[in-house]
Amino acid sequence: MSSYHVVIIGGGATGSALAHDLALRGIRVTLVERGEVTSGTTGRHHGLLHSGARYAVKDQESAKECIQENMILRKIAPGSFELNDGLFVAITEEDLAYYDDFMEGCAVCGIPTRTLSREEALRLEPNLNPEVKLAVQVPDGTMDAMRLPLRFLATAKHNGAVIKPYTEVLSFLMEGQTVTGVHVRDHTSGKEYDIGADIVVNAAGPWAEKIARMAGVDVPVQPSPGVLVAVWGRYNNMVINRLHRSGDGDIVVPQRELSIIGTSSWVVDDPDKLDVPEEHIRLMYEKGAEMIPALKHAKMRAAWSAARPLIGSRGATTGRELSRTFKCFDHADEGVEGFVTITGGKATTARAMAETTADVVVRKLGLDIPCRTREVVLLPHTAYYTQ
Amino acid sequence: MSEQKVTFRVFRYKQGDTAPHYDTFTVTVNERTTVLEALQAIRRDQDGTLVIRHSCHHASCGTCGMRVNGKEVLACVTNVLELGTPTVTVEPLQNAPLISDLVVDMGPFYETFSQAHLPFVRRSEYLPDAEVAEGVPFHMRFESCIECGLCVSACPVVASDAEYLGPAALAAVWRVVQEPRGTEVPPLLDWVNSEHGCWRCHVALECSEVCPSNVDPGGNIMALRQELVRRALGLSHG
Repeated sequence: MSSYHVVIIGGGATGSALAHDLALRGIRVTLVERGEVTSGTTGRHHGLLHSGARYAVKDQESAKECIQENMILRKIAPGSFELNDGLFVAITEEDLAYYDDFMEGCAVCGIPTRTLSREEALRLEPNLNPEVKLAVQVPDGTMDAMRLPLRFLATAKHNGAVIKPYTEVLSFLMEGQTVTGVHVRDHTSGKEYDIGADIVVNAAGPWAEKIARMAGVDVPVQPSPGVLVAVWGRYNNMVINRLHRSGDGDIVVPQRELSIIGTSSWVVDDPDKLDVPEEHIRLMYEKGAEMIPALKHAKMRAAWSAARPLIGSRGATTGRELSRTFKCFDHADEGVEGFVTITGGKATTARAMAETTADVVVRKLGLDIPCRTREVVLLPHTAYYTQ
Repeated sequence: MSEQKVTFRVFRYKQGDTAPHYDTFTVTVNERTTVLEALQAIRRDQDGTLVIRHSCHHASCGTCGMRVNGKEVLACVTNVLELGTPTVTVEPLQNAPLISDLVVDMGPFYETFSQAHLPFVRRSEYLPDAEVAEGVPFHMRFESCIECGLCVSACPVVASDAEYLGPAALAAVWRVVQEPRGTEVPPLLDWVNSEHGCWRCHVALECSEVCPSNVDPGGNIMALRQELVRRALGLSHG
């Protein structure tokens, strides 16, 4: 193991995958997370293993990342997904008019598709709106939003990474314009201490802007919450998406014995203050029922909000106009050494985000160690707790 | 939506403290506020040192298990006003080592649970008449158990016998017996066929009462006993 030490701030999907990547490359890693791992944004997503088809028309960079990572995750995290595929369903004539663009986008992005007639679609998913015109099968799936990142963390720990939940960064240690570590508080004991680092990586998701400001750097992250509703029961086996541009309430992800209807999208300044607006809950039921009418009277299990960490532009109003791709910032570009931010992206693309970031980190350390996370099979999630 | 103030009496402990104590917080809630949301509001607005576990916010990850007014629940799906008490007492799970405040160490739980070798994905019993899509081997879903530990906290036998395998692991073994998926069943049956295994259960059924995820651990333990008897009598089908 090299003597270089990297501190990762944030125990979400991105930080977890990065800890795994760097540990595999032989770098000493300490990951600090303010609360429990995956408690910020990661644990709260709908659980979609993206095929990329949702972005195939309007956000092709993200769509290509999704299908590539989808295929990699199936190999490195076997047994972690409900692999029932997904359907994009056209309910109205307007949906149908989107079909050609959708198929072309999927073809360009390398997303396999199979077009099904109305009758075929209803045989696969009998609860679909009988008005359905046609459906397109894509390799969507369902993940457990917490347990997939736990597999990254379990493997990182096995390879020597130190994971410290309930440990909050209070300030940065700096020598001039160089970040040399972080000052943290362990909330389980109240004790404060310093952790020295050759490089600090900010993987704080929607909190990335707040963290970056501690080092005097501005990161354009726009926290964009969405409401999700879980109802009891599985109304579908496949992930059901509306065949149209990404919009509110256009996806139903079956998971375990629940169905998750998502999502809405707006923007906020403080990711710690997320409402669950009543009208958004109603909207999820209404829009979900346009695809699966029985959802209208489904019994609610929970309604919640999660903040996406979109790469901002301050003028955004709904968040839908912002790309779902990711970006790694080496803050040396702004005159601050030893500090990198990774943000944007999605749970499906966390491994790729980690690869890009770890490439930047090792280059900054003057090393040349290749990424191995495309091949190494992850330990089971239970290993996070048992080692 | 109408709002009202509710008092929370919260168990507090930091590593190094000689004894735990309770802190009291007042939180404004509405008809939809969950115990988890109230605790997050306390941490955000009143005491940033409060340690809680949470992740999915929809009873799927199992991390926010705690005792609310003495009963094991998932905080994310426990409505504050429906509790109907002017003061809500919040405490960590029992039968697990305390880390801090409302968080316990799940290590011992997983040490036992993981020995059941329960695969995470199972055949889905939902929509049995639906055709399976081309390229999909069979309809599948995640196991119902969310590994929250509520059953282990509520079990009176675990409290008195530290070696008892406990309801979560035993229920997991029954699921493997039902659907082995390549796991070898006889060694697992040997494991649970012991005085600290499925015969130790007193049938208090607190486990099934608190289970938030339709697992019915108590029923599964009874099914394991029946299976062991069947096999002992040579009636097993395999």
